[in-house]
Amino acid sequence: MQPGEIAIVGAAESTSIGTVPNVSSTGLALDGAANALADAGLTAKDIDGLTTGYFPLADISRQLGIFPRWGDNTIVGGCSWMFQLRSAAAAISAGYCETVLVVYGESGRSTRHLTNTSDFGARGGMGQQFDGPYGAGMPAAMFCLPVVRYMREYGLTLEQLASVPVAQRKWAAMNPRATKRDPLTVDDVLASPVVAWPIHRDMCCLVSDAGGAIVLTSAERARDFPKPPVYLLGSGGGLEAGLSSPAGVRDPLHPEFIRTSGRDAFGSAGITHADVDHLMIYDAFAHNPIFGLEGLGFVGAGEAGAFIAEGRTEPGGELPMNTNGGGMSYAHTGAYGMLCMLESIRQVRGDAAAQVDDVDIAVCHGWGGFWSACSTLVFGKDRP
Amino acid sequence: MAHPLVPVPTPETQPYWDGVAARELRLPRCRACGEAFFPPTPVCPNCTARDIEWFTASGDATLYSYVISARPSKLWNHEGPMSVALVALAEGPMLVSTIRGCDQTPEALQLDMPLRAAFAPFDEVELLVFEPAEPAGGA
Repeated sequence: MQPGEIAIVGAAESTSIGTVPNVSSTGLALDGAANALADAGLTAKDIDGLTTGYFPLADISRQLGIFPRWGDNTIVGGCSWMFQLRSAAAAISAGYCETVLVVYGESGRSTRHLTNTSDFGARGGMGQQFDGPYGAGMPAAMFCLPVVRYMREYGLTLEQLASVPVAQRKWAAMNPRATKRDPLTVDDVLASPVVAWPIHRDMCCLVSDAGGAIVLTSAERARDFPKPPVYLLGSGGGLEAGLSSPAGVRDPLHPEFIRTSGRDAFGSAGITHADVDHLMIYDAFAHNPIFGLEGLGFVGAGEAGAFIAEGRTEPGGELPMNTNGGGMSYAHTGAYGMLCMLESIRQVRGDAAAQVDDVDIAVCHGWGGFWSACSTLVFGKDRP
Repeated sequence: MAHPLVPVPTPETQPYWDGVAARELRLPRCRACGEAFFPPTPVCPNCTARDIEWFTASGDATLYSYVISARPSKLWNHEGPMSVALVALAEGPMLVSTIRGCDQTPEALQLDMPLRAAFAPFDEVELLVFEPAEPAGGA
């Protein structure tokens, strides 16, 4: 696939996000799908490819009135919809279908019920047998396991770790849809209760309700839509351990799957780090952007904590990151990959709440499971 | 039905759980390449051979990293915060467990400290845990 061969022509969140009572996960997904179709000026009849992840494909196709020629239901955790978008681009390039709808919804806070998450913690699965009893269903107790060793290895301080949500709150303050917008200090973060030492509550993502969807098609067709196309310039992905813990990661402080995903994304897009105007790194916990910045090669090993603490990812910094406020301040449903991509797309379109100037190239990096999968996408304003 | 956190063995992992019931840490090892691995699987994750044997591990390990969870499962019947640890077994594999027999504090939980396997009740079964090893030579 060539850089820019595929474009995003519709993208939207559910009408409401945050706390949305009395709407199911499926309901949030359908609302997001209808919004994305409206954004593209399309109806369900124009869609011939579908990905859903947390719902059986037949459930969503039937409820939306889509009769797809191609479908994909990959679930690798929170970045599943990023994996699916990459597969959808390949399917369009291969001629399996022309226009794909990627659908996500999760009532992570209010009603919770999902209909297709069977490989996550299922009875008899590896995570259920060998990780579950120790972590007891607490993501902070699993995802954050490498942090203490990283702190000793590189001298990362608790204050630097706390500076990650502080930096992102400055972006959230400009975003009316963000759940948390009040100013936050390092002292506030360290005064919040300990959830799983060294992780404090304010180093953890929110628990929210949200849906969202993306419409993509070939670049040739993309000129005919109401919104400016956002081109997919490159992509990468990687899988390493099981879904439930980092125990299978070969080098937990320098996970190879991040480097693989990043190299493939930057390589296929033909870009360098200096070309990146805007960055999203999925933040379920405060350490995620640190590992992401290093694994993707934006900074060297051990440098990311200071980089963030010095304000270089904040408003006015050289590398604007997590500009919707991130999972820790904007919204996080349980699987944040769709919301993460949608902020990248808004920034490239130029209609984000906290809009960064002149975003020509945006990189979006997401995680799945607790250090088991990741996905990296490169979006661009112009087709190369 | 058992609590959803109580492990459900499969035929391929049953030898491990038989070991736990006998208070022994048993691991699979590939006869072709000699690598011990975890979790148990019928295909060696190092060389893809299917010639797997089980052996009783030394129980020796070191503490790779950890968190101290404020909300452990009640099924541990444990008061207060509880460590959740990445433990590096002497035979090579890394696994998730908890460290018992010491304070659940950063001061007591020192990275790379020697550990030994032990077993502790979890609901109606026992699970693998680790304890600080005795100081070498006895102090």
